Amino acid sequence: MIKTIEGSRAIAEQAVYCEPEVVACYPITPSTHIAEELAKYYANGAIKKFIAVEAEFSAISALIGASAAGARTFSTTSGQGLLLMHEPLLAASGMRLPIVMVVANRAVSSPLNIWNDEQDTITQRDAGWIQLYAKNNQEAVDLVPIAFKVAEQAMLPAMVCLDGFILTHAVEQIDIIGKEDVKKFLPEFNPEIKLDPENPVSLGVYAGPAHYQDFRKDLEEGMQEAKKIISKEGENFGELFGKHYNLILAHKCEDAERIIVGIGSLVDNAIEVANELREKGEKVGVFHVRTFRPFPREEIRKELEGKIVGVIERDISLGASPPIYSEVSEAMQGTQTIISSFVGGLGGKTITRPIIRNAFEKLKQKNPVREWIS
Amino acid sequence: MTKSTNAHYYAPGHSGCPGCGPSNCMIQVTDAIGKDAIIVNATGCIEINSSLYPNSAWRLPYIHVLFENTASVAAGVSAALKAKGNNHTKVVVTAGDGATYDIGFGAVSGMFERNDDVLYICYDNELYANTGVQRSGATPYGAATTTSFVGKEVRGKQTQKKPIVEIAAMHRIPYAASASIAYPQDLKMKIEKALKHEGAKFITVNSPCCLGAGFDGSISIKVARLAVQSRLWFLFEYENDEFKLNFNPEQKLPVKEYLSLQKRFAHLNEKEIALIQKQADLNYGRIKKLCGIK
Ligand SMILES: Cc1ncc(C[n+]2csc(CCOP(=O)(O)OP(=O)(O)O)c2C)c(N)n1
Ligand code: SF4
Repeated sequence: MIKTIEGSRAIAEQAVYCEPEVVACYPITPSTHIAEELAKYYANGAIKKFIAVEAEFSAISALIGASAAGARTFSTTSGQGLLLMHEPLLAASGMRLPIVMVVANRAVSSPLNIWNDEQDTITQRDAGWIQLYAKNNQEAVDLVPIAFKVAEQAMLPAMVCLDGFILTHAVEQIDIIGKEDVKKFLPEFNPEIKLDPENPVSLGVYAGPAHYQDFRKDLEEGMQEAKKIISKEGENFGELFGKHYNLILAHKCEDAERIIVGIGSLVDNAIEVANELREKGEKVGVFHVRTFRPFPREEIRKELEGKIVGVIERDISLGASPPIYSEVSEAMQGTQTIISSFVGGLGGKTITRPIIRNAFEKLKQKNPVREWIS
Repeated sequence: MTKSTNAHYYAPGHSGCPGCGPSNCMIQVTDAIGKDAIIVNATGCIEINSSLYPNSAWRLPYIHVLFENTASVAAGVSAALKAKGNNHTKVVVTAGDGATYDIGFGAVSGMFERNDDVLYICYDNELYANTGVQRSGATPYGAATTTSFVGKEVRGKQTQKKPIVEIAAMHRIPYAASASIAYPQDLKMKIEKALKHEGAKFITVNSPCCLGAGFDGSISIKVARLAVQSRLWFLFEYENDEFKLNFNPEQKLPVKEYLSLQKRFAHLNEKEIALIQKQADLNYGRIKKLCGIK
């Protein structure tokens, strides 16, 4: 059903239709509206358990317990909240618990800044969580049931990331899939192993040098395997609801000479710019790294080989190359691809269309550049 | 003595030191709780001793996540059981004093305030055993640890234990108590009582660490008993908004007898021992008042 609704509220509604049994949240801008809305659903009986925890650290910890006990679990957070979760995030993936969390991306302290960029989730890229980035609210809403389905098959936790304020607070027309329809896509969660007195198991145990690495290797293989699951379930979702998703989105990349790569809401802006430039006869395209974890290395190689590429990102890795740029560069190793890096839009600065147009223009020079933009 | 069964839920084969107080505590606690329970354990000596893959000493469903989040993990387990309509399985935390008094304190308070249906057992060995005997918020005054060193200027820990039972009780949870591995009947009674209540329950159990405190493992129970008899540990409980003293150490046993058994107190001079005696007597007065004893 199509509604005119705020992004946050649409996400909460779609999450509720996925029937999480335990939700635990702590308010932080700009994800607060999602948490508030979930609390309202709980108060009206639409969610069985909502734990109003005393900190994000406990939100994710509670969901680890709930998920291990066999419940479908959901949370939401932003910026500092996600950073406070860091230690349990790694425990959750190590224990193969398919928790789903929506992160409304926010800059990180210090200085304090509540506005949007992607530094928070990018710093958690090695935590063993699937990371899906939405380029608009419709995508964010659709990625919620997809994330549940993928997480529960891959037995890995998943984050759906969307730009704070730009998306969370935007009121627009959004198609929400009703509860009964969601059921056609998302079966009940019934894990094989869980905390159960009838069949006692020990979870989260201590592993010495003889075994520890096997667990981590297994986890990495699970992550790689998740790529196939994301593609498959994105397709299944498309067949049922007419909205198709894949690991990545390659917009007019096939015959393009110059391509802008990005994540999040700047991608939609870049697509608009590319469409304008196409009308003027310029061969340009846009590539959305919708799935940043697991990293779609093969898809990137296939779509970007031999092109002139500019990665625009709203995050940094202090003292090193920008994260998305460096991973794309690694994926293109041994090819003739020319790759430039543009970093900007931190802490709420907007990556406007003129900035993107300018980046496309810069790529004409063919020499790779590394620049701060905006 | 309570009858021991051959099939403890905390099975033999764990790697605790011979005479380990916390391991003894786990046996008593799990046997009192029974089969229909889920254990949520914090990082610490018990976790390391009991869960080395591919073995496990737990005959109950068991989860360990981190050092400082057992209270929250347990809240989640409890919520999941309730969401699934299971109102019988008990959720039991077992965590050391480091996990409880110190690093996990905020989460513990949150669990109390929300009144999550969890029995939280702190096995209090008064130190961080797992990382090699460091001080915690439960380490008593004067005790030497590797982070409350006895040097020329500072001689052991200079502050007292947190009054954790009172802190728990002041959250107005349905049940809070202090127990000891040397008083198994009392501990069993407290666990059974606690489990009758829905909501957050807290029991801290004095469980001496022979290795960390420096005494022979054959006298762990004696050390625990002397702590109670010399007014350095009290057996009391909080229920229905009232405190009750379960064992009244009216006959004063000098603290010296307890202290002299342990290497961690070996450096204490007469003046320091006198100060500890004074603290013990003051604490006794405070607890009596709390429990309405004239
Ligand atoms: C965040 C974090 N900090 C430090 C540690 C190291 N550490 C593990 S167990 C422990 C002490 C545990 O003390 P306590 O809770 O009293 O249990 P015990 O070892 O005495 O059984 C410490 C400091 C850790 N695991 N996690
Ligand atoms: S060090 Fe202490 S707590 Fe750890 S196993 Fe030995 S006696 Fe038990």
